[in-house]
Amino acid sequence: MATIDTTSLTIAQAREHLIRGDFSSVELTEACRAVIEKKNPSINAYLEVFDDVLEKAKEADKQFKKGGEHPTLLGIPLAIKDNILIEGNIASCASKMLEHYRATYSATAIQKLKKAGALFLGRTNMDEFAMGASTEHSAYGVTKNPLDETRVPGGSSGGSAAAVAMGSALGALGSDTAGSIRQPASFCGLVGMKPTYGAVSRSGLIAMASSFDQIGPFAKTVSDSELLFHVIAGKDSLDSTSIEVKGQRSDVKGRTIGVPRAFLESVPGGIDADVYKNFNDALEALRGAGYTLHDIDIPHLVDVLPIYYIIMPAEVSSNLARFDGVRYGLHKEGASLLDDYELSRSEGFGPETKRRILVGTYVLSSGYYDAYYGKAIALKNVIRREVDAVFKKVSAIALPTAPTPAFKLGEKSDPVAMYLSDVFTAFANVAGIPAMSVPSGAVERDGVSLPVGFQVMAPHFHDDHLFAIGRDIESVCGK
Amino acid sequence: MTSGKNDIQKLAGLARIRISEEELSSLEKDFEGILGYISQIQQAAGGTFEADTKDGLHNVFREDQNPHESGKYTVALLEEVPKKEKNYLKVKKILPESK
Repeated sequence: MATIDTTSLTIAQAREHLIRGDFSSVELTEACRAVIEKKNPSINAYLEVFDDVLEKAKEADKQFKKGGEHPTLLGIPLAIKDNILIEGNIASCASKMLEHYRATYSATAIQKLKKAGALFLGRTNMDEFAMGASTEHSAYGVTKNPLDETRVPGGSSGGSAAAVAMGSALGALGSDTAGSIRQPASFCGLVGMKPTYGAVSRSGLIAMASSFDQIGPFAKTVSDSELLFHVIAGKDSLDSTSIEVKGQRSDVKGRTIGVPRAFLESVPGGIDADVYKNFNDALEALRGAGYTLHDIDIPHLVDVLPIYYIIMPAEVSSNLARFDGVRYGLHKEGASLLDDYELSRSEGFGPETKRRILVGTYVLSSGYYDAYYGKAIALKNVIRREVDAVFKKVSAIALPTAPTPAFKLGEKSDPVAMYLSDVFTAFANVAGIPAMSVPSGAVERDGVSLPVGFQVMAPHFHDDHLFAIGRDIESVCGK
Repeated sequence: MTSGKNDIQKLAGLARIRISEEELSSLEKDFEGILGYISQIQQAAGGTFEADTKDGLHNVFREDQNPHESGKYTVALLEEVPKKEKNYLKVKKILPESK
C-alpha cells in the first residue's frame, strides 16, 4: 500500500488491513509520524513524540507475522493526554510544576491498552492540570483547531482531539471532569465519550477533581470508541471507586429520548442559533428513525454549573496541595520550608490553576463552607435523585454538547465566560452518568464549516446503550 | 460574599501561594465574577445539608495485606525527589532555633 490516509482511517479498518497485511504497523506508525512532523509545528497537539514507538510497531508486526489470535489493538498507534501516566515517560499535565516529572508507574488504562497491543505515539497538550475548555491554559502554548487554525480545539483534552482530527493518531485517551473529552470532540468533529463514573480506573490519572474525573476515548466513529472503551474499562483494586460495568450490561431497550426543553430555551449564557437548529434537526432525524421524544424537566439542571464550579475547585485545592516541591515536581529554594512551598507553588502553577486553588480554599473555609461546599454537595444529591426519576420515563437524555461551535483563540478572556462552555456537559459528571458526543453536522462561520456535536446520556452503568444510540445518530446525521 | 484584596492574600497564604500585586488586581476582578456566579446556588430550592447528604455512599477499604517487598519502589520514587540525601527526602527544619 503506497499511501495510508490516516485522516479517514478508522481503528476497525486499520485492524483489518494489518491482519490482511495490506500495510504493516511500522508503515502505519510512520504515516502518523509524518503527519505529526508536518502539522504539529503549527497545531501543537503533541508536547512530546515518543521515540520508542517504531520499535514497538516492529514488535507488533512480528506478532502479526506469527499469526493466530491478535489482541484487539495490536499495532494501533494512539495519542495520550499528558495527565495519564506511562511508566518512564514524562507526564507534565502541561504544567511547569511537572515539566520534568517521569511517571514511576503506568495508569491502569495504559496497562490495559498495552496488553491489547496499542502503541503510544506521544503525549498531548491540555489545559494545565485539565483546568479549562480551550487548551489555552497550557504552560506550553495553545493548541490550534486543525479544522480552522484561528480557533480553539476545545479543552481540556484539546491536544488529544487535535491529534486525531489532524490524522496523526487513530484514537486517543483524554480525561473528562466536566466535558473535557466531549466538548473538544464536538469542536473537532470526533466521537468523545465520558464513561459512567468508576467504569474506567482512575489509577495513574493525575487527579483534578476526583469525584468527577474519568478517562475516556476519542475516536472517529462510535464503533472505534466502543472498542477503546471495552479495552480500558473494568474494576481495579487500585481505584476503590471503580466498578465492573460489563456485568451490568444494558437492559435499557427503550428508544425514548428525553429533552430538557425548558432548560434549553433559557440556558445561562445562551445557545448559538445554528447549533440549536442542528440539535433539533438531529432530534427530528432520530424521531424519523423510530425514537420517541419527550420533554423532560430536571428542576435543578440550571444549578449544575455553579454546583460544579464549587465542588471542583474544592477538590482541586485539596488534590493540588501535594505539589509542594518536596517529593516530586518543581522545587524552588527559599530561606525557610514555608518559602520553599510558596516559591515552588507560585512559580509552578499557572494563573487558572492558582485561581481555582484559591476559589476552592474559599468555598471550604470555615465561614463559607455551609453556604458553598455544603450546599453544593447537598444539591448534587438532589440532582442525582431528579436524574433517577427521569430515567424511569426515558432511556436516554439528549443535549447539545456545547452551546457554540469552536470559538476563536483568545475570545474568552473572562473566566466565567469560559466556564459557560461546560453548561451542557458538567451535568453528566455531577450526576455520574455516561455521556457521549457524536458529530451531528456542521455550521458555517467565516466561510469555514465547523463541526457540531450531539450529546446523549444514559443511566449509570448503561454505557453500552450510548454506543447503540450513537450508531443511530451517525447513520441519521450522515456520517 | 467578600473578596477584597486582603481576603485573597489570606486565602493565598492558606494555599501556600504567593500573589504579586499585578496578579492580585486581576484576581480580585475574577473572584468577583466567579463568586457572583456560584452564589446563585443560595437561591436554589432544597438542598439542605441534613436531608440531602444521606446518599447511601460508603467508604471502601481494602484488606491490609500482601505488602510489596520493602524497598521495591524506593529507587524509582527517589529519582523524582528534588532534594535528597541517601535514601531520605531533604527538607528544611520546621521549628526555628530556640534562642
